[in-house]
Amino acid sequence: MEMTGPENFPTDGELDRREGQAVEDLKAHSREAFPDPAAWLEEDVKRNIVLTSLDWIIDWARRSSMWPAVCYPACCGLEWMAALGPRFDAARFGMEIMRASPRQADLLITAGTLTWKMAPVVRRVYDQMAEPKWVIAMGACGISGGIFRSSYNVVPGYNKIVPVDVYVPGCPPRPEALLYGISLLQKKIGRAKAVPDLSELPNPLKKGGLK
Amino acid sequence: MTAVLPAKDLVTRLSGVFAGKLEEAGRDSVLVRADALLEVAAYLKNTAGFAFDYFNMVTAADYYQYFEVVYHLTSTRHNHSVFIKVRCHNRANPSVPSVVPLWQGADFQEREVFDLFGIRFEGHPDLKRIVLWEGFDGYPLRKDWNR
Repeated sequence: MEMTGPENFPTDGELDRREGQAVEDLKAHSREAFPDPAAWLEEDVKRNIVLTSLDWIIDWARRSSMWPAVCYPACCGLEWMAALGPRFDAARFGMEIMRASPRQADLLITAGTLTWKMAPVVRRVYDQMAEPKWVIAMGACGISGGIFRSSYNVVPGYNKIVPVDVYVPGCPPRPEALLYGISLLQKKIGRAKAVPDLSELPNPLKKGGLK
Repeated sequence: MTAVLPAKDLVTRLSGVFAGKLEEAGRDSVLVRADALLEVAAYLKNTAGFAFDYFNMVTAADYYQYFEVVYHLTSTRHNHSVFIKVRCHNRANPSVPSVVPLWQGADFQEREVFDLFGIRFEGHPDLKRIVLWEGFDGYPLRKDWNR
């Protein structure tokens, strides 16, 4: 890697070109919506009873302390702030801590219309969040682009950019609706399988099972 | 309440100085030739009786035959305002002079007009897209723009 001094910094025009390229790249790769990340939950009949107990306590810990990332592209953010305030008090559900750094957050509430120019930024916030992480699409714009769906510069739904777990409709959704969506997500996490089945672990008796 | 200067009065007061450079007077607006915009604007800003020291906004409209760029100026001293309009008939390469040297507040707004209409503001210090990204195809607020 060559030395970078001020004389090697990219020019404003070059930075603009890179930013535009990032938007175009993301747009080109965002034709299809991400599938529901927890679709496999339906086929968990084979789960082991012992591991289920461990699952239960891990899921309990995860769903009871969700830390949302600060990422409010538009007006639904105000309803979300109201949900955090004393009247609706989202802290009752273990999520009073807003994280300004996505690396400390595990819940992305996509409150508001997303433009294509902003999309790479939201995608970067999602990528920087540590696993396990969840996404709630809040409001009509978050679900499908809403009334701006046919616009030239609006992402038609966050699920084109990031996988979405729970959709909360409304324009904007009332804080009660958002809290209901959060409790739905908590139920979903409660059914998640944190510990792999024995059958999925490497088996030393099988060929190629253990390296 | 800010009073809008009647365009007829304004034209009467300006026509002595800018003979042949004002195209027509609407009810509230004065249409200025594009090549005379800068001197008219500078005159309106610096002349004692007008003193348009505040630049409210600039926007544009597409009338197919021409683009119309609209400037809204206000004087905080006299509490009156005026609309100045400029037309550019060259659809392939429309351009008007930039008023950023007179009012710095025009900077971002001229960039927005450039971004959405593709009208070049000659003399603008940093004319590039502001709300859309580099590489966006076309100018979406033009009437003939289709994606």
